[in-house]
Amino acid sequence: MKKEKPVGLYVHVPFCVKKCAYCDFLSAPASDAIKERYVNLLCEEIEKKAERYPGYRGRTVFFGGGTPTVLKAEQLERILYKLKECFSIPEKEDLPAPQEPEITLECNPGTADGADLKKLREAGFNRLSIGLQSMRNEELKKLGRIHTREDFLETFYLAGEAGFRNINVDLMSALPGQSVESYAGTLREAAALRPEHISAYSLIIEEGTPFYERYAKADAERGKNGSDTEHLLPTEEEERQMYELTEEILGQSGYHRYEISNYALPGYECRHNITYWKRGDYLGLGLGAASLMDNCRFSNSGDMEEYCAQLQGCKKEGGKDFHPDLQRLSIQEQMEEFMFLGLRLTRGISRREFQKYFNVPIGHVYGEVLKKMEERKFLAESEDRIFLTKRGIDVSNIILAEFLL
Amino acid sequence: MEHTDLSRIRNFCIIAHIDHGKSTLADRIIEKTGLLTSREMQDQVLDNMDLERERGITIKAQTVRLVYQAKDGNEYIFNLIDTPGHVDFNYEVSRALAACDGAILVVDAAQGIEAQTLANVYLALDHDLDVFPVINKIDLPSADPEHVIEEIEDVIGLEAQDAPLISAKNGIGIEEVLEQVVARVPAPGGSADAPLKALIFDSVYDSYKGVIVFCRLREGRVKKGTRIKMMATGATAEVVEVGYFGAGQFIPCEELQAGMVGYLTASIKNVKDTRVGDTVTDLDNPCEEPLPGYKKVNPMVYCGIYPADTNKYPDLRDALEKLQLNDASLFYEPETSLALGFGFRCGFLGLLHLDIIQERLEREYNLDLVTTAPGVIYKVYKTGGEMIELTNPSNLPDPSEIDYMEEPVVSAEIMVTTEFIGPIMQLCQERRGRYISTEYIETTRALLKYELPLNEIIYDFFDALKSRSRGYASFDYDLKGYETSKLVKLDILINKEEVDALSFIVHADSAYERGRKMCEKLKEEIPRHLFEIPIQAAVGGKVIARETVKAMRKDVLAKCYGGDITRKKKLLEKQKEGKKRMRQVGNVEIPQSAFMSVLKLDTRD
Repeated sequence: MKKEKPVGLYVHVPFCVKKCAYCDFLSAPASDAIKERYVNLLCEEIEKKAERYPGYRGRTVFFGGGTPTVLKAEQLERILYKLKECFSIPEKEDLPAPQEPEITLECNPGTADGADLKKLREAGFNRLSIGLQSMRNEELKKLGRIHTREDFLETFYLAGEAGFRNINVDLMSALPGQSVESYAGTLREAAALRPEHISAYSLIIEEGTPFYERYAKADAERGKNGSDTEHLLPTEEEERQMYELTEEILGQSGYHRYEISNYALPGYECRHNITYWKRGDYLGLGLGAASLMDNCRFSNSGDMEEYCAQLQGCKKEGGKDFHPDLQRLSIQEQMEEFMFLGLRLTRGISRREFQKYFNVPIGHVYGEVLKKMEERKFLAESEDRIFLTKRGIDVSNIILAEFLL
Repeated sequence: MEHTDLSRIRNFCIIAHIDHGKSTLADRIIEKTGLLTSREMQDQVLDNMDLERERGITIKAQTVRLVYQAKDGNEYIFNLIDTPGHVDFNYEVSRALAACDGAILVVDAAQGIEAQTLANVYLALDHDLDVFPVINKIDLPSADPEHVIEEIEDVIGLEAQDAPLISAKNGIGIEEVLEQVVARVPAPGGSADAPLKALIFDSVYDSYKGVIVFCRLREGRVKKGTRIKMMATGATAEVVEVGYFGAGQFIPCEELQAGMVGYLTASIKNVKDTRVGDTVTDLDNPCEEPLPGYKKVNPMVYCGIYPADTNKYPDLRDALEKLQLNDASLFYEPETSLALGFGFRCGFLGLLHLDIIQERLEREYNLDLVTTAPGVIYKVYKTGGEMIELTNPSNLPDPSEIDYMEEPVVSAEIMVTTEFIGPIMQLCQERRGRYISTEYIETTRALLKYELPLNEIIYDFFDALKSRSRGYASFDYDLKGYETSKLVKLDILINKEEVDALSFIVHADSAYERGRKMCEKLKEEIPRHLFEIPIQAAVGGKVIARETVKAMRKDVLAKCYGGDITRKKKLLEKQKEGKKRMRQVGNVEIPQSAFMSVLKLDTRD
């Protein structure tokens, strides 16, 4: 029998209860009818994609959004079953942990009750990612989040009750009005609950969001007047302190940093996300979802009508997919990605792997950059591996940009 | 030749302050004389360079020959000679005036007399032109023609009671202007039988015909085959074609005679041989004396021009070469800078001229440029008695070798309403001005006379003047000469390395202030790096000001959402692209705009 290739499956659910003020993801509130139509489209796409990419076995699944749990448990279940059926995801859950498929569901506090969670767990979801962001209600309010700290605690408790043994909590630093102390409090309280995984991002003000209008200008002015700090974002120095605190506090609680923004208890690193950094194959399903298959990058349209049309086109072409943005990565682009994605992992990249993958020593391509960055202590090496130092992580954008050829 | 009757020729120009409507009136005159149909009329016929049209100013003088059917039943030939409208081109203005016999003075009915109006009128009177005033823009609600007429009579002493009241924009009163041209501009004199004596008042380069020389014949005649000599440059040539100026075209004719305005071509390859102001004569039958007033115009303002992309150096050289074919006052020579690589030191008549050349290089030749701070020519007297003319601050000799230095000084006239005299005087003080006098033109307006160092006015003086007088002050100047001055070279060190392209010469008393401002400005311009960057200003090795660009401490990509790598890569690419547009000095990336920082140091922000 032909050996099956592993693939990560991402399912995008572009719906939420209410759009947050900082959010620039593809997501919006929608009616039940639209949601139902979308679920059907998704199932159709899953079938088509499976036909287009035969011989793949789903190893990880990630339902992201939006807030996937604004769909009914039954709808989520239907999608997951379709995935299992089309991508031969093993049904049994009594496999030992490393072989068990990792099936993550993102949710927001208050969008799923105990019964829903139980149903979802039984359907096969075995990892839950909860968008907490902050333990401070006033900070949540400024973000435009609909939940409170209490809502989160309840959802977290119910998830445990429902049998979720692998839970992630999303946190954010550099929030408007957030102090270093309040952030430290959020970290400590979150760690005390012992979730298996914690993601800690810093807020990025994206163009086109209400936050951009509200803060980008004030941010530029910051430091000139210094007044009205209540509504301003933390200073760069505070932001950096928060970043440092994250590793310090979570480290003390037994979480290790395995990626720039991700921390886990041993053995609970998110395998789906690691696929992104290690450039494993993954298929994005649903509105606007991005894929990397066989060194081709492509994505679905972010426009609902276009997305439908793509599916129709796919039908007409006799199962061939239809992605106008499909880009076959050149060797050079693959090298760039290998570096700027791989270096996001704290263990970094392997010289041997580079050589194996591209058939050329890494020094021939990146010798100069590596030397420069190691001299300045932004990169370090240990045996075969090259990785970002703590200083390097802080300014990783600048370092990673150096690896573009 | 049909029109050899000199009494039917009128050679004249229009003079005005900028924006008072000179070009619009010219358009209307061309329209009314019927040489063009309305359909053929481009909006402003005389200004045919794009740039001129956009900026609303005339850079190169254009000239047109018109036929006017006067009310007396006769047909007259009008040669309307256009004059550049900016102080940078004062010499060109004076030569254009010298080609005329009379001038129409256009005064804005709302604004009244301005500094340039006066300067131009005096210039015209110096050339013995008959000047008659025209009051324009009478249709404006704020027009006050009575007042302006009074002003013209009181201030300039010109009879203005019967000045035509017109609106060039709306075509009101144009007939009257034309009739007055016939009546008040004298017919030209001169004898066609005397030896050839023609004034060059402009020239353009044409790739087929070579240089086209614009001239006014004072004496004699010229036609195809005449062997001519330029009396100042000594260049000789044989005439290939003569003719006169249609609107936007050259119309060949048999012969040009005394009193006429026209052009000649003689396969001349370089405008340097046909300098404005020179006299053309017949090589075989030369006149005794050239016409008076010729001088070689010299650049007053210098700066370094470098290609942003160092590979474009040959393109920049070709472009400058081509521009110089048409612009004898543009000077350039190769130079190198540690920071900027290979480029050119260029000389200009003034800052506007610099601006225009820079824009033409960017627009017409598609070049991306880095320009260094403009400076003037300093005279450096060395202890050994030798004098050098310094155009690039980097070439300043060691202070121990310098005996003393001189800088150019101008006589400036500033017209201002009395309420702003205070602020304007203060500005002139700040710019090391020497007060000469105040003349009250009427109760609410005064003419301030100052002597100012040229290097204090070439940057932002114009802007400062406008902002401190709410736009009411106007300004004109003339080079007066050189004066001894306490000057020093201000060096800028970025991350401890001296950046040659940022050095400039400054008066010792303002060195500290300028140095401090320069550091502040550069701090804003230079992006943060992964390390701290000290920015220092130094005079003779002694640091007088310092700022620091703090190190970038945090710059992290957020979540990679749903595997959307393309977007992340775009962010990184943007970061990298930004770096490409910078100049590397040591370890520091300096944006190109930083090299112009010195221009933005207005003393009061």
